[in-house]
Amino acid sequence: MESVCIGCSHCMKVCPTEALRVVNGKAVLHADWCIDCGECYRVCPTRAIRVTDDDFKQIFDYKYRILLIPTIFFAQFEDNISREEIYNIIGELGFTETCVVEQSVDTLINEINEYLKNADKPVISSFCPAVIRLIQVRFPSLVDNIMKLLPPLEITAQYYKKRFEKEGISEGDAGIFYLTPCIAKIAAVKSPVGGYISPITGVINMDYFFNKVYLAYKQKIPITKKIVVNKEISSKGVLFPTTGNESRHIKGRTLAIDGMSNSIDFLEMLENEEIEGVDFLEIRTCDESCAGGILSYRNRFLAAESLRNFARQTPDTHNLIGEYYRSCSAVVHMDKIEPRSMIKYDRDIELAIRKMESARELKELLPGIDCGACGAPSCEALAEDIAREQADISACIFLRTVFGKRGEISLEDSIRIMEKIWGAKRFIKDKDGSQ
Amino acid sequence: MPDLNRFIKMQLEYNVEGGDFTQAGYASSQIKKSLKQLGVDPAVIKRVVVALYEGEVNIVAHAYRGVIYANIESTGIKLKLEDEGPGIPDIEKAMTKGFSTASSSVREMGFGAGMGLPNISENADYLLIESEVGKGTTLNIEIKF
Repeated sequence: MESVCIGCSHCMKVCPTEALRVVNGKAVLHADWCIDCGECYRVCPTRAIRVTDDDFKQIFDYKYRILLIPTIFFAQFEDNISREEIYNIIGELGFTETCVVEQSVDTLINEINEYLKNADKPVISSFCPAVIRLIQVRFPSLVDNIMKLLPPLEITAQYYKKRFEKEGISEGDAGIFYLTPCIAKIAAVKSPVGGYISPITGVINMDYFFNKVYLAYKQKIPITKKIVVNKEISSKGVLFPTTGNESRHIKGRTLAIDGMSNSIDFLEMLENEEIEGVDFLEIRTCDESCAGGILSYRNRFLAAESLRNFARQTPDTHNLIGEYYRSCSAVVHMDKIEPRSMIKYDRDIELAIRKMESARELKELLPGIDCGACGAPSCEALAEDIAREQADISACIFLRTVFGKRGEISLEDSIRIMEKIWGAKRFIKDKDGSQ
Repeated sequence: MPDLNRFIKMQLEYNVEGGDFTQAGYASSQIKKSLKQLGVDPAVIKRVVVALYEGEVNIVAHAYRGVIYANIESTGIKLKLEDEGPGIPDIEKAMTKGFSTASSSVREMGFGAGMGLPNISENADYLLIESEVGKGTTLNIEIKF
């Protein structure tokens, strides 16, 4: 976020946990409050927000290199580019083998239906890692509703890990790589919840990899290498990452919710026990689910349409299902998923109450227009920051004007405050108006 | 900096309008937000919210108007839900599960299926119901942190 950040504050405005501030002309993240949803990445105009994915070259540290491809990757391309061509390019780029992530969906669906028989309702799907993190941070009382079953990518990774073992390939030779359409899934693989350790060796950014593959396609690079393609996939699997195509396979009363603000609204109601009698909830924080994934480049509606076309060419079931049942499962021992409390003020509750009351009083003084000129996303957030002694009331441009009128603050001081928030460079203007 | 020592507890106040179901739940959500920011145990927050939400909906479904007062202290929360309404003629009966005086139009909206007061009682550490027929009802609820 350092040098490329222009301090435009777009990210600050979209963060669902208000974890970003602008200080000295740069965005600053409160890491404890971050849920890895990637909304900030989506709106960043300068790509200052980076994803901590793995270096692509590391794949060559392994003799056997399998790439787990989410179906949404194929939907990045126009429908006239065949999957065969894409597979060939992926082989040429260095992978020895590939499969579709959602191969494990068919067995997972049965395991979810089994799980639901003995679970407290409603069960919230564990598919979307941003939802899990959102619940941990903002809805801690709902953590026990999160389904303790692995998501498809982990089950598929297990399957190939077992298969490599069976073939006598040593662990040091086998690299299992996951192509991710989503930032939260990187965090989910690197630091999973519930004490689970992922068999995935590395995560590759889909946005980066799409460029690589599409460039190779455009330049018509010659194909010299062979790649093993595990094509088995059912139509259920193809569509699973799109909205409504998880919940529709689950027995009982189910709902499918997508989009960040929809997810937050719904979880809020669920927490108040305003919703009764629902058995299963598919909740995904991206609009149109993974078709609208943060690292998905194509328009979400076109990508979703592409997956529907893909599913129409795909059978209802596939030939590896039996083997999946025999060798892997979504059921693993998982510890309790811990809430990640968003303590705003202090661990000492008396002190916290005092600070919160102070923040409430401060909020009354602020204009309530959430302009963001103070470097905080809302008047409420600024009031909280002041109460936490991390900001000053003179950061508010409205109040500063009042203080100026009263002669309590000089124009020079006022400019200095503005520079402290937005960086000195912003205020150097030439006569012609350019910076 | 404002003088923090002025505050010994946090006092919140919300007006509730009878019949305004679309706004029901606002006070509960606001109080919930405060408790979360204080780092109160999620299980305790849940009890507060369930009790409060029931009480809030009771005012909307049965009374003309009411006020919810919340006092947050370091040891717990005290809630007072005061309404101007018909009052409860038989509190003991109202505490029976399944008993409801809500009109049929209210029931059709999914509210007023009884259970209100017993549910509040189950979630509260302390509950006092004062009611005068023709004047209104006041619930005093306490939940310890």
